[in-house]
Amino acid sequence: MTQMQGRAWSRRGVLAVAGAGAVALTIPATGRATPQEADDFARKLLGGAAAKAGKVQLIVKDVAESGANEPVRVVVDSPMTAADHVKAIHVVADGNPFPGVSSWFLTPKSGKADVAFRMRLAKTQVVRAYAVMSDGSVWLASQEVKVTIGGCGG
Amino acid sequence: MSTPSIKTRIPAKAKKGEVIEIKAQITHDMETGQRKDAGGMPLARRIIKKFVCTWNGEVVISADWHTAMSANPLVTFTALAEKSGPIKLTFHDDNGEIYEAVAEVAVE
Repeated sequence: MTQMQGRAWSRRGVLAVAGAGAVALTIPATGRATPQEADDFARKLLGGAAAKAGKVQLIVKDVAESGANEPVRVVVDSPMTAADHVKAIHVVADGNPFPGVSSWFLTPKSGKADVAFRMRLAKTQVVRAYAVMSDGSVWLASQEVKVTIGGCGG
Repeated sequence: MSTPSIKTRIPAKAKKGEVIEIKAQITHDMETGQRKDAGGMPLARRIIKKFVCTWNGEVVISADWHTAMSANPLVTFTALAEKSGPIKLTFHDDNGEIYEAVAEVAVE
């Protein structure tokens, strides 16, 4: 885990972190979002519009190499003209402490609807990508990503 | 954390109507506010919360980032080449600071 590099770890420090991890395991409800919270968050982002499956390609590995730094790419099928373009791409995670990952606001000047970045995954969970089109329709793709090493510290 | 530095990969030239790829990375801890230091004290949240890319002053793409964005965020996206001018990338830190990178692109 990159977050551990460059840090002098005292024995006490390691124990303190281990203790914090134990707390997170015993009270999961306070430390992790649930799919329900992710739904609520998505509803707020989308203003209640219903998402249909399709048009969105979510490119992410089935098994994350590192929960701290997992490449994610979202490609949406759209001509990206003034009349017909993708207005927004929202990436939401079901099992992180906070469901929002990032929201991208595109314009016809974007040329294509194709964004890539790296995200943190606290545990094995479903990642969703929503695309909001200029006609108001909302499209969704989702995928489960298995995580062996969590990426949110603590 | 040292002052963030920005690396970009932006083509110097493009044909009119071409869609170019832009890559950018900023050195930033993206501290989530969830971690504790060795003494058990919480580390204060400090992330880049907003990113904007403009070309000739017009917005190409913008984004709201949350704590699940990785440390040293690396992003890739595209822009439609219309006319020559500066591409400006702006990163807005939680602490109010703004970091910028500018690249001139010639469109033929």
